[in-house]
Order: sequence, then structure tokens, then C-alpha cells
Amino acid sequence: MTTTEQTPGVTRRDFLRVSALVGGGLMLASYAEPLEAIERLGPLSAAADPTLSAYVRITPDGVVTIIGKNPEIGQGIKTMLPMLIAEEMDADWATVKVEQGDLDSTKYQAQIAGGSTATPTNWLPMRRVGAAARAMLVAAAAKQWNVPASELTTAKGVVTHAASKRTASYGSLATLAATMPAPDLATVPLKDPKRFTLIGTRVKTVDLRNIITGKPMFGIDVMVPNMHYATFLKCPVYAGKVQSANLDEIRKLPGVTHAFVVDGGTQLTGLLGGVAIVGTSWWRIQQARKQLKVTWNEGATATQSSAGFAAKAAEFAAGKPQRSLRKDGDVDAALASAAKVIKADYVYPFISHAPLEPQNCTAHFKDGKCEIWAPSQTPDAGRSLVANTLGIKPDQITVHLIRAGGGFGRRLNNDYMVEAAWIAKEAGVPVKLLWTREDDIQHDFYRPGGFHYFTGGLDASGKLIAFKDHFVSFGEGERFAPSADMGPTEFPAKFVPHLAFDASVMPLGVPTGALRAPRSNALSFAIQGFIDELAHAAGKDPMQFRIDLLNSELPSAPAPAGPGGAPPQAGFDAARMRGVLEQLREVSGWGKKTLPKGTGMGVAFYFSHRGYFAEVVQATVSKAGAITVDKIWAVGDVGSEIINPNHAEQQVQGAAMDGLSQAYGQEITFTAGRADQSNFNNYPLLRMNKAAPIEVHWRKTDFPPTGIGEPALPPVIPALINAIFMATGKRVRSIPLSKVDLRWS
Amino acid sequence: MSISLKVNGTVRTLDVPPEMPLLWALRDELDLKGTKYGCGVSQCGACTVHVNGVATRSCQTQVGTAVGKDIITIEGLSPDGMHAVQKAWEELDVPQCGYCQAGQMMAAAALLATKPKPTDADIDTAMNRNLCRCATYLRIRQAIHRAADIKGGAATSAAGSSKPGSTDQR
Repeated sequence: MTTTEQTPGVTRRDFLRVSALVGGGLMLASYAEPLEAIERLGPLSAAADPTLSAYVRITPDGVVTIIGKNPEIGQGIKTMLPMLIAEEMDADWATVKVEQGDLDSTKYQAQIAGGSTATPTNWLPMRRVGAAARAMLVAAAAKQWNVPASELTTAKGVVTHAASKRTASYGSLATLAATMPAPDLATVPLKDPKRFTLIGTRVKTVDLRNIITGKPMFGIDVMVPNMHYATFLKCPVYAGKVQSANLDEIRKLPGVTHAFVVDGGTQLTGLLGGVAIVGTSWWRIQQARKQLKVTWNEGATATQSSAGFAAKAAEFAAGKPQRSLRKDGDVDAALASAAKVIKADYVYPFISHAPLEPQNCTAHFKDGKCEIWAPSQTPDAGRSLVANTLGIKPDQITVHLIRAGGGFGRRLNNDYMVEAAWIAKEAGVPVKLLWTREDDIQHDFYRPGGFHYFTGGLDASGKLIAFKDHFVSFGEGERFAPSADMGPTEFPAKFVPHLAFDASVMPLGVPTGALRAPRSNALSFAIQGFIDELAHAAGKDPMQFRIDLLNSELPSAPAPAGPGGAPPQAGFDAARMRGVLEQLREVSGWGKKTLPKGTGMGVAFYFSHRGYFAEVVQATVSKAGAITVDKIWAVGDVGSEIINPNHAEQQVQGAAMDGLSQAYGQEITFTAGRADQSNFNNYPLLRMNKAAPIEVHWRKTDFPPTGIGEPALPPVIPALINAIFMATGKRVRSIPLSKVDLRWS
Repeated sequence: MSISLKVNGTVRTLDVPPEMPLLWALRDELDLKGTKYGCGVSQCGACTVHVNGVATRSCQTQVGTAVGKDIITIEGLSPDGMHAVQKAWEELDVPQCGYCQAGQMMAAAALLATKPKPTDADIDTAMNRNLCRCATYLRIRQAIHRAADIKGGAATSAAGSSKPGSTDQR
């Protein structure tokens, strides 16, 4: 790999600092800050701070410890990032220890689990850290043996000088290595990928043994001295306030040590109003909570409901859109001259993330300082929120990153973190705040619902010449609610000569946010569903119609800005997507099978988070309308390397099942400003009997590797919908399927 | 009220109301954190333990009713973490986030105790009450078959295939 390769999104220069460890050894840290900022911190001394963690520690006994810096939420990042370092170090993975780093943006740069960004932003920086460590170990051996470094080789934690048959373990070299000059991270040579021995192999989860033996490791398991438990009842209507509560009665109940009102603010992402109960046992304070009587000032959101949203959408659909997101050619004229015009309305619901570990956080506030144990996807943002809300400085807050029992985007927000910190401060004792499942489902940052009113026009040859989408969503004026947006570069923009994306938004008091493949998870259903309708209307094979469409890219015009002036999504490359579709056609046996009535294959593709994915679903629908997914074929192009195929396949499987789960039965509805669903009995998730076999194929291309947590999800829902059409002739235009009659005869 | 529970072979005494769910007694009184809270209403199975060998929802089991019974949690499934189910889970690297897996493994171990060679249909029936939000179901199903083989004395793993497109089929 050349050292000039650019990592998307990384523009700061990395600086390497090296220090000796107490008792000998080597410690390496990489800094993304300007050198002056690092100098201000003073000399980095392991002696002064023996617990100071950095990326790599090698102790004289030969133990190599690598720090995983990012939040682990089940995506396998605590395994993958250290793999990148170990690969370039030539460390012996079998003996490497991996530790979770605490929040320290100076040492570790971004510590985020979101947007499938960890791979593209760390692919080079982590490898460079490993390469630098290796270079210093080699330099130490060269000095010790008085031979040129170029004559030395490394493998499995050992430096070898073949000519003199000498070997030295990394542990034996570590102390001397710490005195070697640190290489420049920008120019340290990296391995040719052909020489990778760890990247590309099936590596197991670093914490696997702890998981399967039930060791405490999740946020819910955290214990600190004198820890109390907290429960927090918020107003069921978002951002409502407490008017009064029977706190005197509650305080007398067994196990309760504190009960108080939290006023809270009006920002949906911040601390909201409610009643906190603190005590010596979480179960006891739940019993106390059942006795809690609160009068709420529910506020304006109490007038909002799902029925109201649908009525407003119908009203918008009948009128002129509020604004244009994109306009190419003359779509109305093209539709007027089209040989065939197809109209269809698509609708999808709000859904909840529902990670299996309910939101929780442990916090200890003492003497103006706060220590926090948080299963958060964005611990740095959480620290800022806590600092602003509690009126303390971020550097007064220590955040420990704790493994999360699922994320899916829910833990990009840090409401549970600021609640725990606030309650701990008020109560004056360390508290573990744990939400109930009902709290979790009723106080989410939901994937917003949406409505699409499509019109498509085909010419006499069946070519798509006009495409129009009136997207009805949520927000105010030019601003969409979080994750309720649609960009002007959404496919098929740039592939149809006459195209209009319009939008109308209605106000929303319900919190919304990113859910695995935000926007894309919903837009794919609507757009790839409608494209399938167009293919059938054109009398074309749905796979071929898509490939033809991808071949009809218009001459490039300057890309318009994204919503709110955001940059457009990094270049969609139609050739990469065609390649994925062509491979998918091969591996799925598309068009080569004779399927019985009631069974059909559907296809869809989607580009999101820099990943190119296309999927075929084969589904069988019984005459009674019951759906079985017989098989899923997924092909993905996420660049040149699949760093850990073991976990990459898991992510694709999980994302595809996640999509099936959403399609089958997930829906949150609102009445009088509050969620109607509360637990898994009325918010059903996919279970074992609906898990479908899936084949995962990679199309490796020469592009730098990109992330895999999200892009496999969007195609699966439309592929299923399109398969149902092939099986039954019924076109599904609204999900969840649990509300759709699929009986046929 | 003083209650004695036999957990993982040891009698433990705790001072809790008899109506406290076993889940919270295990987690917060006996510091056995492997058993997880997911829903509190017997929908997710994250809290599954064995009571007299039967897979039981500890969130719906009052401690008072568990007195005198043999309670096994994930921490006590095997003395050394080498139960056939744990070995199979390790071989196949089943977990993603891992939160539900203790409950999954306890349910799987109970299934294998009564059905040493379960079919896919047996597995679906027995495991359908355990949610995995990461949807590791395919590997769970595969791991249960593998655990059955391990219990039956088979040495070689069916897992670990890395050839393209061959992963985790039913």
C-alpha cells in the first residue's frame, strides 16, 4: 500500500509520542492535535502516570497490549481496530491483549460508533501506529546487534536477523525501543496488502470468553462503591414537565433514599423533565415508582398523533409542495409526453431502535468532578452535554467506555448519560440509572416515518424518462427533523433526464434520530420499490432494468449541496454498483429458476455509508398470506479488503435480519403525543423462526476499505417487497407487513 | 426477610422480600451479573436460568418460589466455561453485542438436556422465546447443532468455513 493514500475525512496530521513504561517497555500514542497543543500538556511521562493508556504497550515479559479506542456496541470494533495495529506491528495476535480505552480525544481522536466511519477513518492511522511500533522495535534490534535494520525481519512478535540466526522477542527489545527516534507517521512505510497475515482472516471477538461465561461487562453490570440505583420517570409526552408529584409518600417507601423532580429543559436531546427515584435496589425503586402519582404539564406535543400526521400528509399530497430539493429538465412536460405514466404512494412508520440492553449509565459526582461509565456511541458528545447541563468543564468529567448491549444508532444520543449525571449530582451519591424496557421504547429517538408520492414516466421503449417524488416528512421551514431528510443526490437523480424531488414538512414534537443506515433504511423501501414498479410497467426484467438505469448516467453537473448546506454524499460510482448487481445476478441464479406460484425473487440495491450493496430475496407467501423468506443473497463492495470476514459477515447477516424485522412488524404509533407501544409484546422483533438463510459475497475492488455496520440493511426491505410482488402479484406500498393483507388464490 | 437460595451449587442467604424476582436477587443481591434484564415481562429471554434443570424466566420467578430448588445461572453452567454449548458458541463466535447470549445459552443447554439431537424445527420451537436484537440466530442454530455433536463426542467443527458465499446457511 502506498503511503500517499488518503483516508476520507482525515485531514489532520498524526503525531507520534513515545515514552518508557514503568519497569521498562514501550508505549506509543498517536496524536491528532497540532504539536503545540501536545507540548502544552507537558512531557508525557509514564512514571508520572503509570495508568496512562495509549495504543500500544509492550512490557519486558513480552505482553503486547493494544487499546481499542472506539465504543464497542456489537459491531466488533474492539477486535478490528487493534487488528490493524497488530498487522503492521507483526505482533502475535494469539497473545495480544486488547483493552478498551477511556474517553480521551487527545490521545485517540474520534471515539465514535456511528456512520460506518471507523474503517475509512482508521484504516491508515491505526496501521501507521503499528508500523511505527514495528520500526522502533526493529531499530532497537539493529542497534543491539549492530546490523542494518534492512537485514531484519519480523513475524509473530519476534525480530529475526537471518544472516546471523539471531532472534529477539518484542518484550526483550521494548525498553531499548522506547529510546529510539519515533518515525514520522505520515511517511512510515506500510505493508503491501499481499503480505497481510491477520487482515483478511477470520478473527474471533476479543471478549468472546467473557461473554460466554457471563462476566460483568455491560453498562448494566457496572458496580462502584456506595452505588445507588436510579429510575427516572419522564413525561410520556415528549418534553412535558412535572407540575406536582407525591414525593413525600414515595420517600417513605422501602429502599428509597431520594425522590425529586428534575425540571429539565426543552431540547429533546438534552435533560427532560421527570421524577427521579434513587434507592438501594433497582427492583425496590420500581415498586416505589408504581406508587408515583405525577401531574404533568404535557405541553404542545400532546396534540400530535400518527392519525394527524397521515391526515396532514394527504393534505400536502393534494397540494403544491412547499419546496424543491432538486429539479432536472422539465419533469411535467416529460410526463405529459410519456408513453406510460405510473403513480404510487409509499408510506413507512416511525420505528424504535430497541437495543436489548435498555438505556443505562452510572455516574458519580463529587467535588465538582464527574466520573461516568457509559455505554454510549458518542461519549465525547455525551461529555459535552453533561458539562453544559451540569455547568462544569469537560475536563472535570471522566468517561469510561463500556460495552453496549446493542446500539443501532440509539446510543448516538446521550440522554441517559446526562440524566445519570444530573441525578447523581442531586442525590450526592453514585448512581446507576437503568431504564425499564417501557422507558426505552417510549423515549427513543425514533426513525421517523415518511410519505412519498411518486410519478414516473416511461417512453415507448420502456426507458425511464421522468421521475418525480413529493416527499412528505417532518421539520420546519428549510429544516428537516433529525434523520427525516432526503438528499438531492438520492438515486435515481443524475440517471433520469427529467427529475424533480420536492418536499413538504409538518412540525414534529417527537424525538427522532439516526437508526442503522439512517434515511437510507426508509428511502430504499420507497424508491427501490417504486423503481421495481417502473420495471414491471416497462415490461423489463427488474434486474436488467436497474442495470440499464445505472448505465444511463447523465453528463456530470456540479453536485448540489445536501440538506442544510451539507456536502453531498461522497461520490456514487455507478460502475461499482453495476458490478455488484452483475455478481448478484450470477450468485443468486436470477432469472434461471422456475419458481412455483407463491414464490418469487426480488432485487434491490442501495448505496449508503460509502458501501455498495445489492440483495436478492426469495420469498414464499402462503395462500393465507404468511411470508417465509427462503433465502437472501447479498453482494457488497466495500473496497479492497474485508478486514475481519468473520465479523463483516455477521454485520451483513444482522443488517439483513434487521431489515426483515422492520418490514415484518416494527411500528411505533403516537396518540396524544405519546408512543402507543411499550414492550416486545406490542413492538415485535424478529425471532429465530423467521431468521432466513443468507449468502454473503464480497466484490473486492481497488478502493480503500469502508464500513460495514450499515450499508447492507437498506436493500433487503425493497428486495423482500419486490419478491412478494413476484410471488403474489401484490404490490406492497406500506410497511409493516403485519398490517398488509397478502392472501392470494 | 431472610431467604436461602441454592445457586450454582452453593446455598446463599439474602434479605429480600419473597416477591422480588429471582432476576434482581441474582443480579443485585448476589452479584451474578451474567443473567440479563431485557424486558421484565417474559418476552425476550435474556434472563433465562435453569430452575431444577428447566429453562426459566428469572424476571417472572419470585425468589420465594425458588427456595429449595436448584438454580443454575450462566456463571454456573460449567465449572470452567467449557460446557458443550459454551464450546460451540466459542467455535462459531456466535455473539455480536453479546447481551442476550447468556439467556440463549441457558435455553440451548436446557434443550440439549432433553433433546440431544435437536432438528432445526426443535431449535426454532425451543429458542423462539429468546430475542437477539443483533439477529445472531443463524449462528445460534448452527452452534446448537455443533454443541449436540460435541456432547455426542464429535471432534471436528463444522464451522469456520471461509469460502465465499458459504456462510451460515440453514
